[in-house]
Amino acid sequence: MTPLWLSHFTATSSIGCGLEQTLAALRECRSGLAPCSFDTVDLATVIGEVTGVDAVSLPAHLADFDCRNNRLALLGLMQDGFDEAVRAAIARYGAQRVGVFLGTSTAGILQTELAYRRRDPQTGALPADFIYGTTHNVFSVADFTRRYFGLTGPAVVVSSACSSSARVFASARRMMASGLIDAAVVGGVDTLCLTTLYGFNSLGLMSAEACRPFDAQRNGISIGEAAAFALLEHAPRDPDADAVLLRGTGESSDAYHMSSPHPEGLGARLAMESALNMAGLQPADITYINLHGTATPSNDAAECKAVQHVFGTRTPCSSTKGATGHTLGAAGGVEAVICALALQHGLLPAGLNTRQLDPALELDYLLENREQQVKHVLSNSFGFGGTNCSLIFSRAG
Amino acid sequence: MHTLTAYIEGIGLLGPGFNNWPDGQAVLRGQQTYQPARTVLPLPALLPAAERRRSGVIVRLTLATGLEAINSAGLDAATLPMVFSASGGDGENCHAICEMLASDDRQISPTRFHNSVHNAAAGYWSIATGAMSPSTVLGAFDACFGAGLLETLTQVVVDDTRVVFLACDSSYPEPLHSARPIPDAFGVALVIAPQRSPCTLAKIAVSLTDADADRLADAALERLRSTIPAARGLPLLRGLALGGGHRMVLDYLDSTRLEVMIKP
Repeated sequence: MTPLWLSHFTATSSIGCGLEQTLAALRECRSGLAPCSFDTVDLATVIGEVTGVDAVSLPAHLADFDCRNNRLALLGLMQDGFDEAVRAAIARYGAQRVGVFLGTSTAGILQTELAYRRRDPQTGALPADFIYGTTHNVFSVADFTRRYFGLTGPAVVVSSACSSSARVFASARRMMASGLIDAAVVGGVDTLCLTTLYGFNSLGLMSAEACRPFDAQRNGISIGEAAAFALLEHAPRDPDADAVLLRGTGESSDAYHMSSPHPEGLGARLAMESALNMAGLQPADITYINLHGTATPSNDAAECKAVQHVFGTRTPCSSTKGATGHTLGAAGGVEAVICALALQHGLLPAGLNTRQLDPALELDYLLENREQQVKHVLSNSFGFGGTNCSLIFSRAG
Repeated sequence: MHTLTAYIEGIGLLGPGFNNWPDGQAVLRGQQTYQPARTVLPLPALLPAAERRRSGVIVRLTLATGLEAINSAGLDAATLPMVFSASGGDGENCHAICEMLASDDRQISPTRFHNSVHNAAAGYWSIATGAMSPSTVLGAFDACFGAGLLETLTQVVVDDTRVVFLACDSSYPEPLHSARPIPDAFGVALVIAPQRSPCTLAKIAVSLTDADADRLADAALERLRSTIPAARGLPLLRGLALGGGHRMVLDYLDSTRLEVMIKP
């Protein structure tokens, strides 16, 4: 592929609003996970909640979009001058030539969960103030974003569970290469809701403590929420040395099971190999792998086998979900931004909360931050339904 | 204006009064009168017995229409990337989960939870067909058909690959039905290829336009088109049924539509 430039990017998660706080948290090995006191949830677990989401208010003309997910989207867009950068891109390219590609798994379904508590006792009807299309529906976050910026071109949501906001990079890459658009707002937004908290609990996949990826005693995920965005543009002829480029996207399906990964990590392997192939890179070229690393016993074991098959055991890697929690449909976007920070600041982030590495998972899993030149990184995102996506980002110089 | 050009090789159709593409063709050509009737969903033979029985509407739609399109083109589903576009997922399942979460017993079942993801039908598709090729799962509310067609064409043209495109929608039960009144299940599948081949049915060229979307002359068909997002593709299917060359405008977003040219 022709490399694409992440001309601006930003992330808001439980470890911080914007790049400065996110980078500081990574440098200080600070986790955003805390005991769950979200809504009326009565589960013994920890979550990565973003503070201040409730205080965000949407512009009056977009009041119909008001829900936790779109509030977090707006909070995310306001960081790091991202809003201004998109508006400048629109001025350069035109409102129809900037696409919107966002990932989410549950969008504003919390709004429906809350509305179901207020059904009419006689008729069962939902309350009159409930609006489905601009909150619950998965498209709502992309629709909100395009209306917020006054964009008129292609806009879509990718909703493939936990690979959603990695796959948006692939869809945007294709749309840009096709010539239909010149730039793309990509990213992911997912927020806490009861469906995912009680759902992962029902599967026995949720930890009672802060998740411990690749630990011998790992016992499940910690759910988080986040908004992450990047502005993709064609790379300038002579980019700055620390410019971050999208070099490869790899996608595959497991064709195996709805909620368990292929035990040998076959689909994951295909995704990584196809990303490397598209980037024209060898496994040895990759400085760091940001693992999917959810901290469930089977996910980490399958991903480890896949990584070993493609890379061997010596490529430094970690899961940053011990810091942010698993932000589900936003995870690919958040971890793309963490990869971009790794490239620009020469920081390989440690995996947090992991006390005793699982001896069965032989990889160079980082338990402490490492500072070094970083040239190429790969990020993995896998999801329910056996959906896999790997992305490769590089420094321009 | 940029135009994306590709070749349609297979078609699948299921919806109210539409049991398959050959029957649908006769109706869309005007040779038979459209008879509205509840959508009849075949059980997905490719799924194991237990999952077949439990499969929801959207899974049945996906497998029936996707396989019809692929089989008619004489292709192997296991080899094809798929693009799946839907306004929502399994409506019955979503309602059941929301009802439980609003009750005193919030212990939803694991199966309900994994069936709640928007990509559940795509997951079952890959399990049933053995396809390890990528599936791209999109949501665009009323713009699902246009968004899916655009994504499909960029995959076909940029990545130079055949793709099966599925647009599928199903209904919510009450009380969500009143908030999102999709009347019945409707699915359409198109196999689209980058080059002309012996199985080419039509050449398709798509670009963005500001023009208004075409409506259908038949009132009942127009009602389908305007109330089910996946049925926004009906004018394209009508053109394909008639054969020959046609220009049409398909609905997409409020701010932009798709101009579609088809030729033999």
